[in-house]
Amino acid sequence: MLPAGALLLVFLTYPLGLGTWLGFTDAKIGRPGEWIGAENFTYLYGDSVARLSLFNTFFYTIVASVLKFVLGLWLALLLNKHLPFKAFLRAIVLLPFIAPTALSAIAFWWIYDPQFSVVSWLLVKMGLIDRYIDFLGDPWMARFSTIFANVWRGVPFVAITLLAGLQTISPSLYEAASLDGANDRQKFWYVTLPMLTPIIAVVMTFSVLFTFTDFQLIYVLTRGGPLNATHLMATLSFQRAIPGGALGEGAALATAMVPFLLAAILFSYFGLQRRAWQQGGDDQ
Amino acid sequence: MSQEKIQDSSGMAYLDTPTRRWVTVYLPVLCFLFILLFPFYWMGMTSFKPNEELVSKAANPFWINNPTFDHFERLLFKTEYPQWMWNTILVSVVSTFASLFASVLAAYAIERLRYRGSKQVGLTIFLAYLVPPSILFIPLAAIVFQLGLFDTRWALILTYPTFLIPFCTWLLMGYFRSIPYELEECALIDGATRLQVLTKIILPLAVPGLISAGIFAFTLSWNEFIYALTFISSSETKTVPVGVLTELVEGDVYHWGALMAGALLGSLPVAVLYSFFVEYYVSGMTGAVKE
Repeated sequence: MLPAGALLLVFLTYPLGLGTWLGFTDAKIGRPGEWIGAENFTYLYGDSVARLSLFNTFFYTIVASVLKFVLGLWLALLLNKHLPFKAFLRAIVLLPFIAPTALSAIAFWWIYDPQFSVVSWLLVKMGLIDRYIDFLGDPWMARFSTIFANVWRGVPFVAITLLAGLQTISPSLYEAASLDGANDRQKFWYVTLPMLTPIIAVVMTFSVLFTFTDFQLIYVLTRGGPLNATHLMATLSFQRAIPGGALGEGAALATAMVPFLLAAILFSYFGLQRRAWQQGGDDQ
Repeated sequence: MSQEKIQDSSGMAYLDTPTRRWVTVYLPVLCFLFILLFPFYWMGMTSFKPNEELVSKAANPFWINNPTFDHFERLLFKTEYPQWMWNTILVSVVSTFASLFASVLAAYAIERLRYRGSKQVGLTIFLAYLVPPSILFIPLAAIVFQLGLFDTRWALILTYPTFLIPFCTWLLMGYFRSIPYELEECALIDGATRLQVLTKIILPLAVPGLISAGIFAFTLSWNEFIYALTFISSSETKTVPVGVLTELVEGDVYHWGALMAGALLGSLPVAVLYSFFVEYYVSGMTGAVKE
């Protein structure tokens, strides 16, 4: 009764192993590699572009995740207020998340265009700036532009899942807090947040994982440029492996991401456990 | 249900003055909506704008003076866009159904047969869902080469289930768990086989779960990018996201109108499907995160 098992074994477990193995070889496209030990890794360690991509990945993940969390929680709290057209609002808020990323990234590419950007147009007309902003041409500008696009796509996911979590919090807890004289901020800190931590942990793990390994957005918007300033590990490993042909090196880069991902998963897993115990098995 | 929600959310809101409510609730919501929806508006605007207006700095960029269908015409009749659309539909539908089939069996086996280690298998499936495609595409590319599937639709149909099955299985496990075991016991006592139990009792009851998983799987495979980019090289087997990006950009000349039209048309099917099944989609998404 497990055809899924067979398929997963062939196309998931095997590739994972093969990927790790490829990381230790000098395989090129169309040529099986020889075992070369940790040479790829030592090479990458000394490679300034790979180091830069590591920094970029961390910067991108941390900034984007924090923004997604803060904005997503805020949006979730707002949507949890008694609003008109609630269901409709929730439906359209999710649109950025369901639209194909590669395609919405094209829209951002056009919005960030150095000559015809609508944002620049507006700011110039308002007299705030006198030159068009080169969104994707300047290293730091490009980093923040890609982060913005990532946050744009990620906030709906965080918001809607947290909203689902908010709706499971029993109103009686808020009543009890009100009777005890808690103000809005105290209710948020001492009721909402603790009750929400388990789901926050899971949502943010997902978010961090998929931001850390993001590929589409960067590939569409900048292809890693300018001056490799936006290269993430995923895009760099693609560039080295597929157009560059150095499968082994690309695989080594991809494998190097695994420990970080594991750390993120373990972190949230143990975070989650502690909470469940603190609440006396209150959740789920 | 709705009564409850209204109560819990309004709570002490009657204490707020209308102005305060405007500033703290409506205004931020409107800002969020504006930013979240603007790129779509912009996509639409650009795809109907004639080229002169696109590059003119004098005209108001937020409105179209002479709407045109040129870009769509170009897209549909001068590029292979319809072919990409067909490829995407084919690949998404086939891989979604294949994954659903495999996931139903797997989820049922894990949840109800209770063999030794089924808990661990369930956990492994969840972890498998967390393995991101950007780690797997290189070794998968090597495998696809070896199997001689490179540049065929089969390459995508076979690799998409690697992220669809773990997700669908995880979702369906939750659903199956909610179905009372007694129903199955009754059927088993009446002499039904396991397969009959599955098809006649479990599946009809799990239809909402199947729809959620199906919709989610379909959008996931529709939006997939990195595998399609890596495994496909000829234009006639490309999917929409890859085709639009690689074929419509010729050198330094960007046909923004056609690009946007392609992006709009490519997003439309998932958006329409989603609008019909919002509730299922949301329950699939939140269901996958809970537990």
